[in-house]
Amino acid sequence: MLDFPRWKQLWFWFLALAASAAALPSICSVADLPWPAALPAPRINLGLDLAGGSHLLLEANPAQVSEQRLEGMEEQVRTKLRQSGKVRIGDISNKGGALSFMVEDAAQVDAARELIQPLTNGAGLTGKRDWDIAVVDGTRLVLTPTKEGIDQAIANAMDTATEVVRKRIDAMGTREPTIIRQGQDRIVVQVPGLKDPTALKNLLGQTAKLEFKLVDTTALASDVSRGIAPPGDEIVPFATSANGASAGALAVKRLGGIKGDRLTNAQAGNDQRTNQPNVSITFDQDGGARFAKLTTENVNKPFAIILDGKVLSAPNINEPILGGSAQISGSFTPQAAASLAIALRSGALPVDLKVVEERTVGPDLGADSIHKGVMAMLAGTLAVVVFMALTYGRFGLYANMALVVNVLMILGVMALANTTLTLPGIAGFVLTIGAAVDANVLVNERIREERQRGRRVFQAVEMGYKEASRAIFDANITNVIAAALMFAFGSGPVKGFAVVLVIGIVTSVFTAVFLTRMWVAGWLHRARPADLEI
Amino acid sequence: MRLLKLVPENTNIHFLKWRLPFFIISGLLVVASWVLVLTQGLNLGVDFVGGQMIRITFTQSKEAPVAALRGEVERLGYGEPVIQTFGAPNAVSIRMRLPSGSEHNTGLADAMAKRITAAVKAAHADARLDGVDSVSGKVSKELGWTAFQALGLAAIAISAYIWFRFEWQFGIGAMVSLVHDVSLTMGMFAITQMEFDLNIVAAVLTIIGYSLNDTIVVYDRIRENLKKFRRMPVPELLDLSVNETLSRTVMTSLMMLITLTALLLLGPKVIFGFTAAITLGIFVGTYSSVYMAAPLLIWLKVTATSFVPTESALDRQERLAREGGKR
Repeated sequence: MLDFPRWKQLWFWFLALAASAAALPSICSVADLPWPAALPAPRINLGLDLAGGSHLLLEANPAQVSEQRLEGMEEQVRTKLRQSGKVRIGDISNKGGALSFMVEDAAQVDAARELIQPLTNGAGLTGKRDWDIAVVDGTRLVLTPTKEGIDQAIANAMDTATEVVRKRIDAMGTREPTIIRQGQDRIVVQVPGLKDPTALKNLLGQTAKLEFKLVDTTALASDVSRGIAPPGDEIVPFATSANGASAGALAVKRLGGIKGDRLTNAQAGNDQRTNQPNVSITFDQDGGARFAKLTTENVNKPFAIILDGKVLSAPNINEPILGGSAQISGSFTPQAAASLAIALRSGALPVDLKVVEERTVGPDLGADSIHKGVMAMLAGTLAVVVFMALTYGRFGLYANMALVVNVLMILGVMALANTTLTLPGIAGFVLTIGAAVDANVLVNERIREERQRGRRVFQAVEMGYKEASRAIFDANITNVIAAALMFAFGSGPVKGFAVVLVIGIVTSVFTAVFLTRMWVAGWLHRARPADLEI
Repeated sequence: MRLLKLVPENTNIHFLKWRLPFFIISGLLVVASWVLVLTQGLNLGVDFVGGQMIRITFTQSKEAPVAALRGEVERLGYGEPVIQTFGAPNAVSIRMRLPSGSEHNTGLADAMAKRITAAVKAAHADARLDGVDSVSGKVSKELGWTAFQALGLAAIAISAYIWFRFEWQFGIGAMVSLVHDVSLTMGMFAITQMEFDLNIVAAVLTIIGYSLNDTIVVYDRIRENLKKFRRMPVPELLDLSVNETLSRTVMTSLMMLITLTALLLLGPKVIFGFTAAITLGIFVGTYSSVYMAAPLLIWLKVTATSFVPTESALDRQERLAREGGKR
């Protein structure tokens, strides 16, 4: 065990030096180092709890996706059957999670079924249907969404939502946000360095679903105020204006409006006449054509501009709007207009997202923690180094050299593996220093024992490393098990702690067992001592 | 220069003579810890009960004006705050329940945080906002459940590993000393009413890992000695093993405690509770490896034959053939 061929020695030195060198850019500025420009300069990321910033956990409501799918299906079925020109239907309902409607002429049920069939096939290659079609009572068709269909729709919606969230955060100009989908219906957003997450939350809180719907001018005001919608209408409340006053509701036609999702641009600005903040939108070609059609067909009628289920304003259509652009006015504050413009530019969220967990850390706390963590580490290391040297002499010095290499290697590996240092991670770091010398303590105590039993120097050292290795291995495995579970179940800061522990365990076994053995072996071969002072 | 010896050579302390009284004391401490946890309760953080926690440091003050703060926050009408100092005497955490309706309208929780910080800043010029945590009831329940799972799985996985590497008696011994260490740590949190949050769960997991370090080293030596001294009575053999590893146990525990003390005194105040938990756990873990893990082996009837492989089929044939030949 004390024979180290040249290649092995070179390999050990290379590992130790390379990993240690990788730590340097994290410790001091690269500009101060003779660091070749061609080499990457990896740095350890600081977690939110050290760098300051915001962590948000957003949750969607899957039921909302199902609801929207039903509405979409209703619209498609109506259009399809209307275009066919022969099947007439009535009593359409999407209550209870399924879409059902009556075919007026019982002889046409099969024809209707055949027409709808293509709408219900899954888009994927699985061959699974998205919807089941059933005929009830001979004349009623019922479309029930399948589980596969719903799951697929939710997954798609969450993918889109993640993408939209990313676009919106990028538009805010914050640096290096982390946006990850979590589980079935959640998104984690982490933005380092963000002091006040209010603006971010406002931005992510709006779904930005823009709709233009025709106002039903025949609806009775008394019905509307009591929330009773005439057939084919829905009641939409007005948005609360900037001064907090709520201004009633409006009856709008459920169908026949258009969605404002086909935009190429949205800009916040000011209305030229009233000087109120507003948002100008530009439709894409298709959206512009639809908007032109809607306004041409309904000149002199009012239409409602609806954002996230609230009426922003309901202007009269004075003339057809053919240019493909429009202005949305409402009682906006300038900030609200800017935020709406970003939200519209990055697209509507397919589902509402709400914040279920929020953690914000101020930047001063983190800097303070790092400083104190470094102080504690230096003090702890110094005390350990002194004790080891006093207790084990030359062997203690080897252990101390290994300890220093170990500290550098942990930092280096963390930087190379692109891991994140968190506040508990600092504690893990300090703890690792105490634990790392345990391997040397075990070995050195064993060498002492073997010498007392009268073994000769070489044999005692050899036995010391051999017999202690078993316990070192078993003890470290249990720590790895605990750390792996922490990593699997823990949240961000705790994960950071687990990472430091695992890296520290691996590097400490390397430095405390392999490196010191190499050094001790080298010394034994050179000096050939007759006795050991240990 | 003479080298330092923390433990004199060739100690021969009869640790196991006192195994019964110590075992009873440990048992009582475990029971007391759980009684405390159940009656006094843990001071659970927002991670586990949901709500909002606002952390504020008063940079120019020696001590945080806790009483004044309570009045200022209560006046806002969000209910009674839980205010306690946090690591340092001039830093506090203010914990609030989330306002009703915030499940649907997350703006309400925001507004509360804003109003509280504004009120505190208006009354104290040196108040520095260090962070806001808001956790909804649903998420906090999930966090609690995952923490519980992680702890349970860690205890089982590690005991199973020791069973696999040693023998079943050792696995049980490890499990019992684990439960002992974790229980006493929980007891400390019940007594001191330090906040118990997700970080503390990580600390407990660390204790589970590290407190077994000592146990494994002692067990490893017991296994070695069981093979070496077949005829030695087990209590005597355990004493020998503990004595042989004593200087290592003392040295390693001392190194760990030195670094942890440095962290407690000089380290970031935010993780004071975390460090305190690990420190206590390491201390208790060292004790339990001598007085819980080792004596249990006597009661579980470990003998020198525990590590002798049971006779293989081939050996049996040979033995029978030999015996047959004699006859």
